[in-house]
Amino acid sequence: MIYIAAIFAVLVAMALAVISALRGPTVFDRALAGNTIGTLAILLLSLVGFLTGRPEFLDIGITYGLLNLIGTLAVLKYFRFGDMGHDDEEEQAPL
Amino acid sequence: MIFLDVASFVLLTLGGFFVFVGALGLYRMPDVYTRMHAAGMVDTLGAALMIAGMMLQAGFSLVTLKLLTLLILFFFFSPVATHALARAALHAGVKPILQDEPGESDK
Repeated sequence: MIYIAAIFAVLVAMALAVISALRGPTVFDRALAGNTIGTLAILLLSLVGFLTGRPEFLDIGITYGLLNLIGTLAVLKYFRFGDMGHDDEEEQAPL
Repeated sequence: MIFLDVASFVLLTLGGFFVFVGALGLYRMPDVYTRMHAAGMVDTLGAALMIAGMMLQAGFSLVTLKLLTLLILFFFFSPVATHALARAALHAGVKPILQDEPGESDK
């Protein structure tokens, strides 16, 4: 019973994150919302795994956690330098 | 035994509350950098409380170990992603809002 309440909370939070992703003016809002949606998806996955009594879902959640970070970093690197070829050493941006 | 259920009930409810607060902050905040602050709430506090609640339910088993791995993963990856996001946003020229524009202080 308790999992249903937690799942409902995560779903509402995910809906809010999707709305803020659609609304966000800059691309970085969308990347941030995408990252949050990924985290919420992992939480939802593990909660459903607990609800239906299948612990294998946690493995999927861990894998997705790894992928989520890589995806976010790739998107950020693309939007930071315009293409994937750059790396940080050659170009010290005056932050 | 009942104590474990009550404790995990409280933890899961608190986790759900903080996840909702974080997502609400993500929606309401005016600027990328303040949204990042709100999104951090979801990753750390909300997820940690929920995973702790699930850990109590799982007891001493492999599932708890996986949950612990997930928790450590969240705690390491969330700051990395947020830091990269902040640098990318700053480098791309997104200016943080430092003080309210005149006439907008009531918003």
